[in-house]
Formats: sequence, C-alpha cells, structure tokens
Amino acid sequence: MTEEALKDLLYKIADDLLILGHRNSEWTGVGPLLEEDIAFSSMAQDKVGQSLAFYNLLHELGEQDPDTVAFTRNADQFHNSQFVELPIGEYDFSLIRHFLFDHADYIRFSMLADCPIEELAQVARKLKGEIKYHVMHANTWIKQLATANEEAHDRLQKSLDEALPYALGVFEPSKFEKEIIDAGVYPGEKAIEEQWKENIAIVLEQAGLKLPDWNTIKPVYGGRDGKHTEHLQPLVEEMSEVFRVDPSADW
Amino acid sequence: MYGGGQVFESSSVNNELLKDEDPQKLAEFEARIERGEKIEPNDWMPKLYRKQLIRMIEQHGHSEIIGALPEGTWITRAPGFKRKLALMAKVQDEVGHAQLLYGAAETLGKSREQMIEDLITGKSKYSNIFNYPTFTWADSCFISWLVDAGAIVNQLANARGSYGPYCRALDRICAEESFHLKYGHHCVIHLATGTPKQREMMQEAVDRWWPPMMHFFGPSDKMSTHTQILTKWKVKMATNDECRQQFLDMYVPKIWELGLTIPDENLKKNSETGEWEFTEPDWEEFKRVINGDGPCNKERLAVRRTAEERGAWVRRALTAKTKGEEYVAPLA
Repeated sequence: MTEEALKDLLYKIADDLLILGHRNSEWTGVGPLLEEDIAFSSMAQDKVGQSLAFYNLLHELGEQDPDTVAFTRNADQFHNSQFVELPIGEYDFSLIRHFLFDHADYIRFSMLADCPIEELAQVARKLKGEIKYHVMHANTWIKQLATANEEAHDRLQKSLDEALPYALGVFEPSKFEKEIIDAGVYPGEKAIEEQWKENIAIVLEQAGLKLPDWNTIKPVYGGRDGKHTEHLQPLVEEMSEVFRVDPSADW
Repeated sequence: MYGGGQVFESSSVNNELLKDEDPQKLAEFEARIERGEKIEPNDWMPKLYRKQLIRMIEQHGHSEIIGALPEGTWITRAPGFKRKLALMAKVQDEVGHAQLLYGAAETLGKSREQMIEDLITGKSKYSNIFNYPTFTWADSCFISWLVDAGAIVNQLANARGSYGPYCRALDRICAEESFHLKYGHHCVIHLATGTPKQREMMQEAVDRWWPPMMHFFGPSDKMSTHTQILTKWKVKMATNDECRQQFLDMYVPKIWELGLTIPDENLKKNSETGEWEFTEPDWEEFKRVINGDGPCNKERLAVRRTAEERGAWVRRALTAKTKGEEYVAPLA
C-alpha cells in the first residue's frame, strides 16, 4: 500500500473527529440540562483529542505538525464528511448525529484495531474504548427520549430522516479503497456501512423510530474529496481566528 | 467562579425572620457552629440561615453557569490543540460546578428549576464580573487566571463555613479551580512574554478587566452593614476587604513580574500597615451593573433563556415518565 493511501485514510478519520468535536463543543454552557451539557462537552473533548492522535500519526509520516494542519488549512483541504460540518441545529439533530456517527466510528475502530500497521492499530484500540461509552450514551438517550412522549419522538424521527443521507456520506469510498482493502488495513467503507445499518436498526427499533428503505436514500458524497457545504469555511475561519492574529506566535 | 459580591437580605428582613425562632433551639444551633460542627440538611436551622444560604449558594451556582458563557465563546476559537482541549475541559468544569452547587442548594428546599427560573427572570443575581465582554482571546485568559484566582480566595474561605453540603461542594470545586488557575497563568505568560501583538492584547485585557476585578469581591466592608450575624453563623467567612487584600497580595506581584502594568497609579503596598492601597473602585458602577445595566447583562440572560427554551422539550421528555413521583432532594 502506498503512503498516499494511508495518509488519505488518516486524514479523513482525523478531520471527521476534529470537525465533529468542534461542533459538539458548541453545546458547552447551553445544553438542554446541566448533566447533558457536561456529557456533550466531555465527548467533544474526546473527539478533538482523538483527532490529535491521528494528526500525530500523520506528522510521523512527514505531514506538518498537528496545529498547522488543523488550524491553517482552507475548507477545500479538509477530508471530513459533510455530515460532521453541518451546524448543531437543535439538540435532537445533534443527538441523532452523535448516535449515527459514533456507531460508525465504533465499527471503524474495531476493524482498525486488527490492522497490520501497528501504530494505527494501537491508536484504534485505545480510542475504541472511549467510543464505546459515546455509543452507550447515544443509545441510552435515543431510547429514553424517543419513548418518552410524542414531541420528543417526532423531533428525533424528523432529525433522523434529515440526517440519514449525510450519515451515509461518512462511508463514501475513497479512490484508494481497493488498495487499502487489499493491504488488509480494514475491510473498507462498504463493510462498515453494512454492519452499521444492522447495529443502528436494533437500537432504533427499541426506540420506536423508523428507518426508511435504504434504496430511497441518496448518500451525500463529496466531503472526502474536499467538496463541502457552505458551513465548513466559516467554521474553519472561526477555529483559526486567534491563530491567524499572529501565525508566528506561540500561544 | 465566584467572588464576594453577594446580595444578602437587608437588616430589617433579618430581624423579622429571627424574632419567631425558638431561643433554645437557636442557642443550641449557634453552639454547634461555635464548636465547629457542620450543619446538615435535616438538622434544625433558623429560617434566616436557610434563606441566606440558599441565596448565596444559588448565586454561586448561577455565577458558574453564566461564567461559562464569556469563556465558552472562545472554545471554538482557541489557538491550537493544547489550548482548545484545556479550555473545553475548563468550561466543562464550570458547568459541573453549577451542577454541584444547585445540588447543595436543593438540599435546603429550593428546586433547581426554580433557581434557574429566578436566574433567567433576573430575580436572583450572579457574579457581576460576567456582565463584561471578552473581546479578545487575552480577555478569556485573564478570566481563567485572575478571576479564577479571586474565586479561589473567596471559596477557600467559604469552604470552612458551617453548612456541610456547601463546604463539600466547595472542596471539590477549589481542587478543580486550582488547575484552571494554572492553565490561565500559563496562557497569560505566553501572551505577556510573546510577540509585540500578543503583549499588546494582554495589556489591553488587564486594562479592561482591572476595574471589574476590584469589584469582584464586593463593596468595601465600611459600606456593608448587615453581615454580622452571617459571620457569626459562618455563612460568610471572610469580609470583602479581606478577600480583596489577599488577592492583591498574592497576584499583583505576579502580574507585575510579567511586565504588565495595572491601571491604577495609586496601587501600592503600604510597608507599615502591610495593606494594599488603591483608588476606591467606582461603586456606583458596580451597583448599576449588578442591577442590570452592564455591558452584557441582557445578552447573558438572553443566551441562558434561549438555552432553557431550546432544551425544554428534553426536560419535558425526561419527566414524562416520572409524573406524580415525589420530588427527592439530591444527596450532597
């Protein structure tokens, strides 16, 4: 497998985590109740910390240092899925995104934990332990809220319907897909997607939420290739606002 | 983060509440406090003690949750991974402090929902300093270092108070605040010893925040007349002036050490008395801001109100299955 293929894989994982961590941190101080404010903030920290682990791997492969990579690129240089860059919306959307994304990442890291590249496998094994709790958190809340009353159920169903096309965009195959699968790094995006559909279906059924016929949903691709919604560039500019005041400074 | 600018009941209300108390019970209560015992939620306590404690702990809780806003707004802009991760953790801690404190206040009989309602309707107060804006990253660094430092001075004193649940919450809070202070100091050192642009940002922040910092500990002792009984009952453990003096003594040298100037030409330590002398803070401004007319009062409450409204459906859903169950105060 070429180094280019490996870097592509690491970038998309890292960028997803950074951008979603950044988004979820926007709930800090304004969550729906204190306990959930704290939980979302804690998971946002995990995500940003996890992204750093991948930028460090990239740095070891010759890419620039994590701060430079994360805080100085333009939106079209990011490889995250469009799903994670969407605004936080109302809490129902943020919760559904957290549920859909973390189920996918749990499978991704479970697969990468067995990868032959030891440095990557080590990181995946460690992060899988953190994401396990994020998934538990999401499952608990989805089930509790969706079965509580009609208002909460309807909000979650609506957000689920809106989120699914973007969530499928997480599994956008890369141009190196075959190369990575052949090298045994992990079984590929399609495999994650299939497992993910099974896993989320179990929880959604318990929650009384409906999944549409998958064939009717058109995945939103493009993010992995640097094509983003209008929401990413402002996010990147905000993230780098202080950094750009004096790029030569040590903050 | 909380200072000493509490708003207590006036003396006339104090006297009114005290006159019906059973003198024997009151004497026993005061003897327990005198012996250094902690008062626990189900113990007998005077109505006035309960009322003032609720008010103080509630104001402290509100200060934590409102204090999360001026700093929280810098999480998405923090420069670099190290700062971003640390600031997220710090602001999360502050929200956690609100949770602990509301829990402690709930043991005295006021529900969290009622406290938050009183916050967003403007009925109860929070630390005045958060009614000032954080224009730059350096402002948020000032808060993390020096406002937290001021809060520690106040909170360490109150942690020796008489109400058990509040003291235990404060012990945990102070342990976390000491990390905030280290983080804030580290940030300020980098700015104050950094590039000319960074030094300028930091000096401007000190200039902006010094007057509210002097207000932070509350009006001068000679202006507040009705805290005697609260001191006796170990509700208020140090006077506003004592806290302010301790803060100045600990932090002015550290600020000067970094080559920063403090915008008060009269600020100096009197070598004979050992006391810090300074220009009398503008207490009219303090009163004006605490009564709602500060630069950010409306914005802070509007953000909190919006958050409550947007999250209302979640809380409705959580309580949907528990309707009719008796309210249980938290263990604290």
